Amino acid sequence: MYKAKVTVNYKKGILNPEAKTIKNAMHSLGYQEIEDVEAGKSFELTFPEDMDENKVQETTDEVCHKLLSNPVIEDYTFKIEKESE
Amino acid sequence: MKRVGVLVFPGSNCDYDAYYAVKKVLGQKAEFVWHKNKELRYYDAIVIPGGFSYGDYLRAGAIAQFSPIMEEVEKFARDGNLVIGICNGFQVLVEMDLLPGALIPNDHLKFRCEQTNLQVINNETRFTSGYEEQEVIKMPIAHQSGNYYADEETIKQLEEQNRIAFKYCDPTGKITEEANPNGSQNNIAGIVNKNGNILGMMPHPERAMEKILGSTDGKTIFKSLLEI
Repeated sequence: MYKAKVTVNYKKGILNPEAKTIKNAMHSLGYQEIEDVEAGKSFELTFPEDMDENKVQETTDEVCHKLLSNPVIEDYTFKIEKESE
Repeated sequence: MKRVGVLVFPGSNCDYDAYYAVKKVLGQKAEFVWHKNKELRYYDAIVIPGGFSYGDYLRAGAIAQFSPIMEEVEKFARDGNLVIGICNGFQVLVEMDLLPGALIPNDHLKFRCEQTNLQVINNETRFTSGYEEQEVIKMPIAHQSGNYYADEETIKQLEEQNRIAFKYCDPTGKITEEANPNGSQNNIAGIVNKNGNILGMMPHPERAMEKILGSTDGKTIFKSLLEI
């Protein structure tokens, strides 16, 4: 089967209140050396083994754009991996 | 008598408030429209109510946009008919791209449920014509993702084209950082589309319809858009 591993993050320059809060918590725990934190979402989509890899790529890209991310505020990346069951 | 359709998604929780506002307070016709319907009857206006459609999963409003009824609602809106999205309804409208920008989590990450003051920035829209210019009105907010974000160019356009309906302000009408409850750019609380037939706003006019609720300022929106 194919697994598409998708990560969605806020675009650079958009303040992510969640990431900022996590960073502040790390600093108050004493980890001052952590300069920045990004916090996003990850998804794993499973496709059947006999599917064409290009089609897997295409479909993943489509759902990332249509549903998993909001292009106004977020960017997405993904990689496709073939796994044996 | 005017007819208003109130959409209902799994997780909508201000649908009854909107229904009550139109039917009981204003004495007009109101009907619920289930999200799985594929046909839309004729309405003078559609309300996309507040709540947590689909549990706010993924992003607030993200999944509701793909409900079967939304294709018809989009057509209805693009044909120039009146649509008002309140709170979660506003989030749905930006996700659908019927309004520009996005609503991201509040800058302090807290859920804010409180009375806010709004300044009427444009009183020439079909939703705000009953207000005075720069009138200061009171309406409650209740949200965690009401932080209006758009890129610089879009904000500039909204300002220049006078498409900002309401901004958060202090009780005297000053638009200050302290009066901004969620981090919204330029204190934006509500905007209209280019044609002026779609309004999205985070504050709840349907919860400001009777004295007992602390404000009747929300009535003017419904009265303006229904021309009653």
